[in-house]
This record gives sequence, structure tokens and C-alpha cells, in this order.
Amino acid sequence: MLKTQPMTQRIEARFQKCRAEGRAALVTYVMAGDPDPETSLAILKSLPKAGADIVEFGLPFTDPMADGPAIQAAGLRALKVGQDTVKTLDLIRRFRADDQDTPVILMGYFNPIYVYGVDRFLTDAKEAGVDGLIVVDLPPEEDDELCLPALKAGLAFIRLATPTTDDKRLPAVLTNTAGFVYYVSITGITGAATPDFGKVASAVERIKRHTPLPVVVGFGVKSGAHAAAVAQGADGVVVGSALIDALKGTLDAEDGATAGTIEAVTKLVKELSEGVRSVAKRAAA
Amino acid sequence: MSAQAQPNSYRTGPDERGHFGQFGGRFVAETLMPNILELEKAYEAARNDPSFHADMANYSTHYIGRPSPLYFAERMTEHLGGAKIYFKREELNHTGAHKVNNVLGQILLARRMGKKRIIAETGAGQHGVATATLCARFGLECIVYMGAVDVERQKPNVFRMNMLGAKVVPVQSGTRTLKDAMNEALRDWVTNVADTFYCIGTVAGPHPYPAMVRDFQCVIGNETREQMMQAEGRLPDSLVACIGGGSNAIGLFHPFLDDKDVEIYGVEAAGHGLSNLHAASLSGGRPGVLHGNRTYLLMNQDGQIADAHSISAGLDYPGIGPEHAWLHEMGRVQYISATDDEALDAFQLCSRLEGILPALEPAHALAKVVELAPKKPKDHLMVVNISGRGDKDLFQIAEHLQEKIV
Repeated sequence: MLKTQPMTQRIEARFQKCRAEGRAALVTYVMAGDPDPETSLAILKSLPKAGADIVEFGLPFTDPMADGPAIQAAGLRALKVGQDTVKTLDLIRRFRADDQDTPVILMGYFNPIYVYGVDRFLTDAKEAGVDGLIVVDLPPEEDDELCLPALKAGLAFIRLATPTTDDKRLPAVLTNTAGFVYYVSITGITGAATPDFGKVASAVERIKRHTPLPVVVGFGVKSGAHAAAVAQGADGVVVGSALIDALKGTLDAEDGATAGTIEAVTKLVKELSEGVRSVAKRAAA
Repeated sequence: MSAQAQPNSYRTGPDERGHFGQFGGRFVAETLMPNILELEKAYEAARNDPSFHADMANYSTHYIGRPSPLYFAERMTEHLGGAKIYFKREELNHTGAHKVNNVLGQILLARRMGKKRIIAETGAGQHGVATATLCARFGLECIVYMGAVDVERQKPNVFRMNMLGAKVVPVQSGTRTLKDAMNEALRDWVTNVADTFYCIGTVAGPHPYPAMVRDFQCVIGNETREQMMQAEGRLPDSLVACIGGGSNAIGLFHPFLDDKDVEIYGVEAAGHGLSNLHAASLSGGRPGVLHGNRTYLLMNQDGQIADAHSISAGLDYPGIGPEHAWLHEMGRVQYISATDDEALDAFQLCSRLEGILPALEPAHALAKVVELAPKKPKDHLMVVNISGRGDKDLFQIAEHLQEKIV
């Protein structure tokens, strides 16, 4: 495993804090620029206050082939108002001005990063205050593209492990990953089926036998009760589509933000946070 | 075009990671990666198994109707007054296009792998029809994703697929055309990864698809070589084929890539013209990553995929197979383009002179034959791939020509 660089320290510190509090971390996902840049920044800023420990910010892409209808639509709303990678990094820069502690993970697809230029992107992302990257269409077979340069630049490259990643393949997936491991709870797209929580717990156990990194679980987590169920075994719970559905429910006929937009998201985050906090875990030795 | 060193052979790619030069690769979600590796292994085993090739040959002859003729287009030749023009008659295959060559290979492979559920994406509907046909023949469940826009403009093929027992799912996301159908098929695959075989219709997608689909389509070029030797006692001087993803083109081109004297022309769809909406990825795009591979793509400054446009649903895709991207950069194949209007004119010319209604896709190739052939001497042998028949396009062509079909 590569030596951990300074930028992943924020991620480590946050998991340590959660462990000290004897609970799992809450990881929230919203789309940059959805429904407009200022509202998405206001939402991003409100998330830690509502109980999010780590925030994932989606890089919009026209063709998100691992995402369900909610995140597809969120990306298209953002693109419609002109969101792009430059503007997304700028929002993170503004978030970072007020919050030096909450880890920010950029999540998306490779093409916008590739077109931006990998080296330039890594420099700008690090400077803006990004801690880690999740890039859905870069499996270990393509590590040369972004994973290795990112680790060299001091950004965590967070890998997805899935139900199809068997014990034989896990080491390949865990090599060169940093920050945490993201376990995808189902074979499927975001926001689709609710996972079988029993199976998820044993999968997390299996992964933890292979790595000292925290393991967080996402896909299909929609409520405080779901979050509590996942928090039993996992080091963190990721919620995305449900937050985007809550946001979407408040938009006007032209997909514009309304007075209730930010609150709809923070209300659900509070519920999820209570769910995560309702499960006491043994503090790490 | 090329500053790169020329290889000894153009026919050895891809490397073990699926790269043709900088193009290709395996850019997919982790969930799919074990499946991709399993497929690669299964294909490798099939490729080296004589019984697989015997099965392919048997169904090719008796079910598809191969070999397809290499036909001397005498009146087209006379009319254009230059090169001697031959048509490779892929439109005479069962289901009316070259697509079935690839589908036969993939369905036989799916059977070997014990997969019972087949999914496919389709643009013009020819790949969907071919997949539905072979699924009916072998008793497999078949789901075809098709952009809602394409469902509307290719109704006869939708009906055909329904008759064959396939389920056609109109895709409402994004631009509602071929690229979105491919996204939706990938979403299905990621969800039903255990029992499902994704039958990709062109030489694109993650490795091993571009190489595998090419291998299944090479029957076109291999037959052409033999047939031309029989007809003229020598190899052709030039080859012309249309390109969306590029499977009919690579099938014709690949067996000739190392014959340096054979000129090769790939014809992209220029839609309303290259300065307007079009689907010519090599002429108007840049390298990027989409649908599992790095290739030339139509996109904006931010890497967002652009809307492609072509009158031909089969060419209406913002990318191109990675091997074509490489051949373009190496300068081995010349990639040119034809507009909607040029294709419509060529469609009418071919129909009236040869009594053959070509599909709108090969009408693009014919449009460039109309341009290239008069400049060549009379002993120049030019082969154009008539990759599909035009019946499916009649309603749309009538609309463009403002004629009524009763």
C-alpha cells in the first residue's frame, strides 16, 4: 500500500473521530450545480451541520451509466444551468473557506476529468480542497489513468468493491486504494433496490479481513432505519439518491430551487444522522 | 496525418489490455469487471476451439445464407465512368444486414457460457432484429434497448422484433438515441450481471468486444478477398464502407490492412454538414472515454457528450470503435464523410441503376463512391460494402422526399 499523503489526513481524522464517538460515519452525496450552483453550495455547507461526516460532490456527466434515474436527472439539471468541472472546483474552494475539517470527495465519471487534463485536474482539485476521488468507470485494470497519478498528488483514490468482487479479486481492488473502501451493496445502479442488510454485513466483514481501511456502504440506503441497519457492521453509510429525491420534490415547474429546497435535504440528513448515531459501536482499540 | 512509427502489421491488435495504440481499454464499473474478464476467457477458449468454428460455419451457410455475393455493379460503373464498382451484398444476409454475422458469434458464445438472458442496444434496429432472431432460434430471452426517438423512426424493425418474441424497451433518458440505449443496456447488465449476456452490436465497448465483434465480422473481408481473386484474379484497389461504430467497415477492411496498395475509405455521417449537427467522430471529435473505451468522441469543452445527428439511425452515435480511432491516427484508413442529402441522392441513384434499395447507412458509402469512382481509371477495382437493405428506411426516406407511401 502506498504511504498516506497529507491530503488523506482529513479523511483519517474524520473516521478516528467517529470511532471515538463509537459510531459509523454518515457520508452524503449531492450533485454539484443541482438545481443551481449557489443552492448546491448552500446545501453542501449545510450538510456537516445537519450531521454529515464526509461529503461527496457529484461531477455532472451526460452519460452516467452506473446511475439510476434520480442522479441522471440531477446531472442533467446541473448541466442545463451550465455547471462544469471548473465551476465545481470553485464551489469546493468556497466550501473549504469556511470548513477545513470535513472531507470532500469528488464522485463522477472519467471523461470530464480526462478532457480537463489529468495533471491539471489533480493540481486544481487538491488546491481547491478535495480529499479524494471516486471515479466509477476506472477499475484497477486502468490504474495508470488516474489512480496512480492521484495517489502521487496526495489525493485518495477510493475504490468501489461490489458483490461481484470475490476474494480472488479483492486484493487487486484494494491495492492502490486509499482513504476508505466503498462497498456497493447491490449489483445494480444507484437509487434502485434496497439491499439485504444481512448479506451486506457479511460482505463488509469479508472486506475488512483484507484491509485495515474503513469500509463504507452505499446504494439503496433511503431512510434513518436503513442507515441504522447498515451502521451495525460498516464504518460508514453513504446516502445519495434519497437526498436528491428529497431535493427534487421541492423544485418548481422549471426545476428551480424554492424556499423549502435546502431544508428538505437537511431534514433527511438529520434523520439519517440519528439513524447512524442510534447504533453504538465499540470504540476502536 | 501520422507522426507515429508505422507498425510491421496493422492486424495484431489489441494488446492484452485491449489497447489499439492509446485507444480501447476497459473503462467499466467494478461490478462488470469480473464479467468482462469471464467473457474474455470464454471467447479466447471458443476462438481456439474447432467445434465453435464448425458451428459458426454451419449456421453461416444454412441460416444466414453466406457467402454473400460480390456483385459487379455494371450500370453504376457505366454511369460514373471510372472505377469498376463491386458491391459486397451484406444486405442479402438473413435479417437484411451484416449485423447478424456478429450476433451469431456472440449468441453461440452465450450458449457456451450458459447465459440464458440476452440484452442488446440498437440504433436503426438491425442489430436488435438480428439479436431477436437468433434468440428466437435458440430459445433465449431477449431484451432490446432502443432510444425512443429511434423507436419512432424505425417502426418496421420494432414490429419485427416484437414478432420474434423480443421485448423492446424504449429509452427515454438523455438524447433518446443509440448512446442512451447503450447506457441503459449497461445499467441492465450491472443489475443482472449473473445470468445476462450483453450482445454489443458494434466494434465498441470494453475489451474484448471491439476485437471479438471485429473477428466475427471479418468474414466480410475474407470472402471479398477470395471472391475478387476469382472474379478478377487480383486484389481490389480500394474499399469503401460506412461507419457508425464501424463494425461492417472493420469487417471488410481488416483482412486487407496489411495489403499496402489497397486504398481504404471509411465514411462517417456528416448529418447536416460538419459545421452543423453531425455524427462524424473522427472528423469532428477528440479522444475521450465513453462506454468502456477510449476513442474519438463528439463532446464539448467540459467532456460532456454532444448530440450526434444523422438521417441514418445506425450512424447516429457520438463515438467510433477504438480500432478505427487508431487506424485514423496511423493514417492507414482515410476517414471521410457524407451528408444526409448526399446519402439520400446516392440511395435514389443506386435504387434506379441497380435495382437495389440500400439502407441509409451504406447509402453514405455509396455517396462517396459517386465522388471517388469517376476520378479512378477504368481498371481500378472498387468494393463498397452494402451493409444493409433499405426496406426499414422507406417511410423515413418518403418523408424526406415529401412523397406519400399509400
